[in-house]
Formats: sequence, C-alpha cells, structure tokens
Amino acid sequence: MTQPPGTPGWPGRRIGPERLTIGWHQAVRPASLREHHDVYGPLPAAGQQSPQDLLDAIAAARLTGRGGAGFPTATKMRAVAGRRGPAVVVANGVESEPASQKDEALLARAPHLVLDGALLAARAVGASIVHLCLDRTRDRQAHAVLRAISEREQAGLDEVVMLAHGLPHRYVASEETALIRWLNGGEARPTTVPPRPFEQGVGRRPTLVDNVETLAHVALIARYGPDWFGQAGHPDTPGTMLITVSGAVGHPGVYEIEAGTLVGDVLAMCDGNSEDDAVLVGGYFGTWHTARDLAHLPLSAPGLRGAGASPGAGVIFVLPPRRCGLAETARILAFLASQSAQQCGPCRFGLPAVTDDFARLAQGRPDRDVLDRLGRRLGAITGRGACRHPDGAVRMAASALAAFASDARAHAAGRPCRGAQRRGSQADHLQIPAPAASTAPWAEDEWR
Amino acid sequence: MTPVALGAASTGASALWYATRAFGVVALILLTGTVILGIAGSARFAMPGLPRVVMAGLHRNLSLLVLALVALHVLTTVADGYAPIGLASAVVPFDSAYRGLWLGLGTVAFDMLLAVALTSLLRDRLSYRAWRRVHWLAYGCWPVALWHSLGTGTDSKLPWLLAVEALCVASVVGAVWWRLSLAAPGPARAAAIAVSVLVPLATGIFVYVGPLQPHWAERAGTPATLLHPTTRPGPAGERDRPGPGDDRPGRDVTARLTLRPGGSK
Amino acid sequence: MAVRQRLRWDPAACTGHGLCADLLPERIELDEWGYPVINGDVPPGLARHARRAVRACPALALQLERADEDHGGRAGHRGHHG
Repeated sequence: MTQPPGTPGWPGRRIGPERLTIGWHQAVRPASLREHHDVYGPLPAAGQQSPQDLLDAIAAARLTGRGGAGFPTATKMRAVAGRRGPAVVVANGVESEPASQKDEALLARAPHLVLDGALLAARAVGASIVHLCLDRTRDRQAHAVLRAISEREQAGLDEVVMLAHGLPHRYVASEETALIRWLNGGEARPTTVPPRPFEQGVGRRPTLVDNVETLAHVALIARYGPDWFGQAGHPDTPGTMLITVSGAVGHPGVYEIEAGTLVGDVLAMCDGNSEDDAVLVGGYFGTWHTARDLAHLPLSAPGLRGAGASPGAGVIFVLPPRRCGLAETARILAFLASQSAQQCGPCRFGLPAVTDDFARLAQGRPDRDVLDRLGRRLGAITGRGACRHPDGAVRMAASALAAFASDARAHAAGRPCRGAQRRGSQADHLQIPAPAASTAPWAEDEWR
Repeated sequence: MTPVALGAASTGASALWYATRAFGVVALILLTGTVILGIAGSARFAMPGLPRVVMAGLHRNLSLLVLALVALHVLTTVADGYAPIGLASAVVPFDSAYRGLWLGLGTVAFDMLLAVALTSLLRDRLSYRAWRRVHWLAYGCWPVALWHSLGTGTDSKLPWLLAVEALCVASVVGAVWWRLSLAAPGPARAAAIAVSVLVPLATGIFVYVGPLQPHWAERAGTPATLLHPTTRPGPAGERDRPGPGDDRPGRDVTARLTLRPGGSK
Repeated sequence: MAVRQRLRWDPAACTGHGLCADLLPERIELDEWGYPVINGDVPPGLARHARRAVRACPALALQLERADEDHGGRAGHRGHHG
C-alpha cells in the first residue's frame, strides 16, 4: 500500500514536539475518528466552552494564519463574529502552491484535526455551515475527507453542516476572494470588488476563511489551552508549524518544527547541502537567497523580514548546485504566467514577456538590453493587477536577478554560469516551456 | 383636372415619398458607417491622424444622426397618407397593412437601434455586461434594416441603388472578416464566419428571387387597393409610382400628372 | 472648489482601449501592452479633461474620486493560502 501523499520528513532528527504530526510516519491511511480521539482526546463540548472563551484562548495563544499571510487568527475571527447574522466558515485546503505539500499531508493523515478546528471556528464566529475547499484533482484526498465527515455525522459530533468542495486546479484558485467567488457560483478567480469577505462573503454572509493547518492548531488550543500552545516555538512566534522542504536536501518532505527555528537548523535537519546553495523561501511567490544569508535567521515572518524574505506557507526549495537558478526562475515564471487569471493586461501580457526575457537570459542568448528591459518590465507589472499574482511573480523574479546577479551577467555576456561550470559546462537540458506571449495588446480568447 | 389636384399629385404625395426613400437610403449608408466604426473600435484600430477617441466619438455621433434620419424616414412615411402606414407601425412590428413583413423588419431594426442608443446614453446606470449584451443587437439591426430596404423599398430594382447596397454589404462583411481574422480560433469565431458568409449569400439570393423578379410588389404584400387603383379620382395607384421599381418598366413619367377618372388604362 | 482628485483604474475591467491616454496625456500613459499608467493626481485645472477621459472609457474602467478618500484595496493582500 502506498504512502498517503505529502511525505513526512525523516524522523531521525526532530526540532520541537510532535503535535499535528503524531503517528504520521506509521500512518498508511487517515486516522479514524476513534484513533483521533485516542491520541488527542475528545473535543470540548459546545456547552463547556463559550465562543467568547474560545476567541480569548486563540488570542492569548497568538496563533497566526498558516496559509502564507500570517494574519492573527483571533483578529480575523473577531471581525467575522462581530458582524450581524449567521456567518460562514471556509476551510482552505486547496494548496495550489506546487512547492507546498503540508496541507495535503495533514488532510491525508489527520483530517479530524482540521474538521475539529472548523467546527470550533464555526462556534466562535456563529456560523452554521462549513465549506471545506479542496483541489478537485486530488481524488484520494476528497475520499478521505468525505469519509471523515461521514464518520462524524454518524457519531453526531458536529452541530454544523460540513460540505466538501472540489475547486479547479489553478494557482489563483486558493486565494481568499477566489474561493468565495467560486462558492457563490462564479469562477475561481480573485476579485477586487468590495465588500471584503468578513463583511459579505459566501451567500452575502460574513465569511471566515482559514487555512486547514490554522484550523488544526485551533483544535489543539481548544483542548490544551494557550499556555500549552506557547510552550513550543519562540516568544515572537509561538507554537509549531508545518513546513515543506524540497530540492537538494538529503531528506525532503513535510516537517513539523517550532515556529522561529533558525533556517540553518532546518536545513541541517533535512541534511542540506552547503551554505552556498541558493534557496527559494516562501514558494513560487517567495524570494531567492543564498543559504548562508539566511542560516542565522528564524524561519518566521518577523525573523525573515529584515532579509526581505517571508516563509510564506513554510516552503523551502533548495536549488541543486548543478542547476542554473535563472533557468529555474524562468520555469517558475512560465508556470505563473500560465496560471494568471487573465483578467488584467499587465499580468496577462507582462508575465509572459518577462518569462521570455528570463528564458533568453537562462539560455545564454546574448542580448545586451535584456537586463534593462527586465528591470523596466518588472517595474511596469507590479502593483497593476487586481490581485497579488503579478506582484508575487515580480518579487520572485527580482530576487532571482539579485541572488543570481553574477550568473545573469555571465549569461548576458554569453559565458557559462556557476551551475554550468559545476556541470562541466554542459547546457541545461531541461526544457524551459515556451512562454505564452501575446503580441497584440488586445488579443482575446473570446470573441469580442 | 384642377390645379389643386395637379399640385397634390406633383408636390404633396410624391415629395414625401421621395423624401422617405431618400432618408431611408442615407440612413442605411450611415448605419453601415456606424457599424464599421464600431467594429474598428472593438479591434482597437487607430490611424495616425485618427485617434481612438475621434473614432469613438464619430461612431457615437453618426449613430445619433442615423436615429434622426430614421425618425424623419418614419415621419415622412406616415405623413404621406398614400400607403396605410400608421405611427404605431414605427415601433410595433408587422402591424402595417402595407407589405406587413418587410415594413415590420424596418420596425424591428428601429426598435433595436433605439435599444442600443438608449442603453448607450444611460451607460452610467447600467452594468457593463448589460450594456454590452444589448449593444450586440447592432449586428442584427444592420442586416434587418437592409432587408427592410430591399423588401419594402420600391426602388429595389434601380441599378445604382443595388450597387450602393452591395457596397454596404461588402464593406460590412469585409470589416467583419478583418475583425474575425484577429480573434482567436474557436467555435465562436467559426460560427461568426459562417454567419458572415450565409447572410450576404442569403441576401443576394433573396434579391434575385424577390425584388428583381416581376410582381414583387404584390408578393411583398402591397394592398390590393394600391395595386389596382379604383375609378375614383385620387392619388396615382402603386403602379403609377415612378421608377422601374414596379413591374411596369418604361412607364412614361408624365402619366403621374394625369388623373383620369376610371383608371389609368 | 479647488479639490484635488485622483484617478482610479480597475485593472480587471480595463481592456486596453487607450482612449483615456488620448484625452488626458498629462496624467495617463500607455505601457508597452496598451494599458494605462496613471502618474499623479488630477489638479483642478485638468478636472474637466479627466472627467471626459472617465466618460470616454468603453469599459467603464476609470473612475474619478477625491484625493483624500480611500475606496478599498486589492484582493489577495491576505496572502495566497487564506
């Protein structure tokens, strides 16, 4: 029997306690309701813990969102709870970031943690329904979640309705406003049109959108209290978090670490390579750095802010030393360009254009103006879309130009980069997908 | 023959009849221009001396001019009491006893034009999607107006008028094909190409089997009283209308001024 | 009343017609893909031209508002995975 998706990391060296990941290495299937209660104990009954108590506990624990933005969870919940009328909870398990697997791992092994958290969130904000949003190409995950929901129904556990949904497999689909638009019957594309989700979201009701890992932490805070939560992690960033480490490390996978662990310690835990390696921190919208520059910084939002980085959803990719960072960036940009919602010109045409420039740079086609042109274009794209998709792509691309500056100069002059030198000056044979650049500025997919 | 009757025959009825046909033809030509400007706008077309704002303004103003001309076309037709066309026929289609179908098409085209114009004038209060959906009626309005002209007009056999209308068709079809060449391939584009080929083809066939054939006036639904004038003195019968548009080509134009009791023959 | 106004552009509604740049070149330029770049507020002297530009937009993507108001930000500032 194959392992469930989202391989847990090597258990040999741990950093911090096992909280969400108890039993993950032995698991071959999701934990049943009974197994879940054996490990974590029962959920507090609705009568035992008032919504106000729960909100206070989450606030005292200083839990922040684990979906990438790191927004204080209690603040978000209070904003929704404070609105009139019944609310809605949306559990975001779409995880469209290709470099992230933590949510998949969590749902494949401990779905009841997520569902407990969703139920608690519904109690806290006064919601009568929970929408669990998943990627519709992940059949096994859908089955696991549906089985878990039906187990709970048979046990009469939840006083709210829980519905699971399969959303399109697109990068922008996991964005908050895209989820809500889809649940309201529209396309899974982000929108700027007010009102904001906490005011009017699904069905015009105040809506709370939380990442599934965030909800899993809520499930444990409700059981064990905020003080327990703060026993792991660091003063600035309490608790544990799930991270996904991939690339040139000895033991890639999903790990649970104490929030605020030093990046160097994380890489050592995974048997990382060397401090000269380039790392992409924060996923495809993250930033490139040299491992050495980050080694002594905590893997947290406040910790990395000074270096111009952010952990995002806890995603680290280590570039193999023989690969060209510019080629990898070009590939990522090609993916991001293809995943644009195509609603706004600067993103729809600008991203393929900079992808093309990066591809030229990566393939060593000497072009005197390419660096200037890239600089101009990146400046012209950022901030000019309806959502943060182009901004994220530009930020990643700009960080690549900085981190791989010497390689960029070498390529622009027709000389091999460091990666090529390590390979013995052989060309990077991996294909860079052709960018979908459109020439006419108004070209449309639909008639008129 | 009294001077009054002569005057009525020479200036009253026929002047309005000329006027209504003139307004109609000019409106059709300007409508063609409007549609072409609209197509150019959707393709973001601009020339060095003709920026987008100018073309957009021209499109808008020309359409208002078309509205005014069509209004005059309608009013002169109603005022010209010769054919039994009431004011209601201006907005209620297929209501008229005179060539009900073909006149009705004109009404339909006018209704569509009104809808497009009104929604455009009230754009601020409408959603963009609603405005756009109504604006698509313009693509229907133009051929319907053309068919109205071919079917109702009594000049449909005039070579120069046929040439003008053929030119209108060619320019709109050409603009549509140019626009389609810039769109991405797909079912929508294929459907549009099919329509843009079938419509002119069907129109050409219709012209050949319809207005160009004898007895079209009867087949189009001209009331019998106009086809066969009675013995009462009165305005000249439909057959006495000038021009080769009727089925008696070569009729001496001076017969128009002659009012004979007991029929013209 | 001499109040400064600000042009607000909806990137999702905009389809790159470019009429705004024709009518208000002092404040609107087109990028290489035909989409407007707005640089600066609208002083009282340009208000009339700015209003014409707003009315001329075929996609109704341009709005004029008072410079001291804030009509909300963009989607996605809460991060990608909610």
